[in-house]
Amino acid sequence: MFTERRKDLLKQGAIWGFIVLELAFFSIAGNYLSVTDTAFMDFDNMLLLLKQSAPIGIIALGMTIIMINGNIDLSVGATFALAAIVMLDSMTWPFMQALGDWAIPLAWGFALLTGVVLGAINGLIVWKTGVDAFIVTLGSMLGFRGLVFMYNGEQPTSHLNWTLVDFAEAQFLGLHTASWFLLAVALILWLVMTRTVHGRNAYAIGNNRDAAVNAGIRVGPHFLLNFMLIGFLAALSAVVFYSESGSVNPNDGMLYELWAITAVVLGGTKLAGGYGSIVSTLGGVIAIQLLRKGLGHIGADTETVNLVIGLILIAVLFLDRQLNRKGKEELKT
Amino acid sequence: MADLTKKGIGGFLARQGILVAFVLFMVGFALANQRFIAIDNIFGVIRSSAILGVMALGVTFVVIGGNLDLSVGSMMSFSTIVVLDLHDTLGPTLAIPAMFGLTLALGAFIGFLVGYLKLNSLIVTLGMLSAIHGLTLTWSGGQNMDIADKEGTWFGLFGRGDILGVPMPIVIFGTLALVLSLVLSKTPFGRKVYAVGGNGQAATFSGIPRARVVFFTYLISAFCVATAGLLQASRSLGSQNTVGQGYELEVLAMVILGGASLLGGSGTILKTVIGVLIFGFIENGLLLIGLEFYVQDVVIWAVIILAVWLDIAAKRGRLWSPIA
Repeated sequence: MFTERRKDLLKQGAIWGFIVLELAFFSIAGNYLSVTDTAFMDFDNMLLLLKQSAPIGIIALGMTIIMINGNIDLSVGATFALAAIVMLDSMTWPFMQALGDWAIPLAWGFALLTGVVLGAINGLIVWKTGVDAFIVTLGSMLGFRGLVFMYNGEQPTSHLNWTLVDFAEAQFLGLHTASWFLLAVALILWLVMTRTVHGRNAYAIGNNRDAAVNAGIRVGPHFLLNFMLIGFLAALSAVVFYSESGSVNPNDGMLYELWAITAVVLGGTKLAGGYGSIVSTLGGVIAIQLLRKGLGHIGADTETVNLVIGLILIAVLFLDRQLNRKGKEELKT
Repeated sequence: MADLTKKGIGGFLARQGILVAFVLFMVGFALANQRFIAIDNIFGVIRSSAILGVMALGVTFVVIGGNLDLSVGSMMSFSTIVVLDLHDTLGPTLAIPAMFGLTLALGAFIGFLVGYLKLNSLIVTLGMLSAIHGLTLTWSGGQNMDIADKEGTWFGLFGRGDILGVPMPIVIFGTLALVLSLVLSKTPFGRKVYAVGGNGQAATFSGIPRARVVFFTYLISAFCVATAGLLQASRSLGSQNTVGQGYELEVLAMVILGGASLLGGSGTILKTVIGVLIFGFIENGLLLIGLEFYVQDVVIWAVIILAVWLDIAAKRGRLWSPIA
């Protein structure tokens, strides 16, 4: 029991160790190779990094819960785009314009509601038809993207509201609005997963669905709730990001699902379900963003980032397998 | 629900539901618009489906073998960019085999990781999606790639030429489909792919080299991707870095629509071809009745879920899932 717990801690610590390694590497390498004069470990730089992690990060946190549950969601990128369009477009409706700045919370509400509804559609289909979540959300990835295009054709949807831009660019205690959202979501989801019945059941279902059913856990409602949650978070991510940029292209958010899954897997969450942690996913998100910024800092082409992230993902998978196998062999002897 | 083992019309409908739906769909649209079944329209649809179709043929092998391949989209961008770049440095005669070699090397690497090292195929190919994208960008320096002399090359043959009035992409897609269909259904290797995907452990115990079979499914997939890249490059004679972005999931959707199970062990080349054609003709049919191209995505969404749902409903004998 004790060794099991220690191994768990080691695993959850691995991603943070990796981050420290990255920081050290880029700081030292940066001294020799940096194209700019500023130090990599600069405080402002790190704050910016957190802000830039937010859009994918918020989605990845939701994806963690979905994956702990033993499902996957490939439609979050399209949900992200649709929520963004709803938010920006709704502010141009006549009655909304009459409301002045009060239109902002309402527009956010519409966008978040859109996300929840799309998530509920996925969840209901997975629950009621029994079709694998991978296939259901693969289909809705296409379908939701189709809805995005149907909304406004191939034109970008734009609406700049300066109150909103000011809010999105604001800093409180040094952190940007987006960073606060990322941290708040992480905190809330961490509490949900570790302190509530829903969280405990999500682990149980992902670990062994039949056993969970036998223990009297109703699997379907948990699925539905989690898909609604990730829909909400994809919309929240869009709302935070597009409040600042004010313009969305119909192709925005493409492949976000794959970036989010990459971050989650780097954080050590198992694809098969039943194992994973919110905090480690936050680590995965930061590690990726750090890599992106760090490679830029030492003057590597931004193009190589994709290459490095891909290979690291495979290396992590390989190491994880090797370590686990070793652990099992030790148990045998 | 219909019993899958039942003979007669009911059993046939249950087994070949997707084919029946396809025929009904074609007849419906043909009645609505004569233009739909004109021979040049049909050629047009198949020609524009050919690139994704060729990729779907390879992915079918991987999926039947019980794995996934999410890297085909970025790998296809890679082959397109590479062949276009090498066209101007090595000349087309050398560029094509060189591009095939490089793409097959990528496929062999994935096959090694998934087959021999037994790593999870979803994550490996997800990582390779990103890695190959990086490779492509590094190769092209982030620039679009164009053939300098578009008039004076025979390279456009594969994408733009035709044989006896049949466009080349259709000839290539058709030939490849026929050959791979024979490989899958008539050769010992084909049977081993089904065995490995159906029950990997049982296959291993009965002496089938699981690792090698999986390795070759990825090699076949890479070969198909290289062919698709060749078609794409030859058709446009110039390309962006991201030409295949998002194709991986679209191709997978076609394969699933054709009835291959993600669990492995089931699916055929013919069914995948039907899946590809359904994609193409739905888009075309909707365009002809005056709807925008993106409406097809919403229709495809419904079609995929309905197709898979009815399929598993028939297998479990009840419509609604037993999930409490």
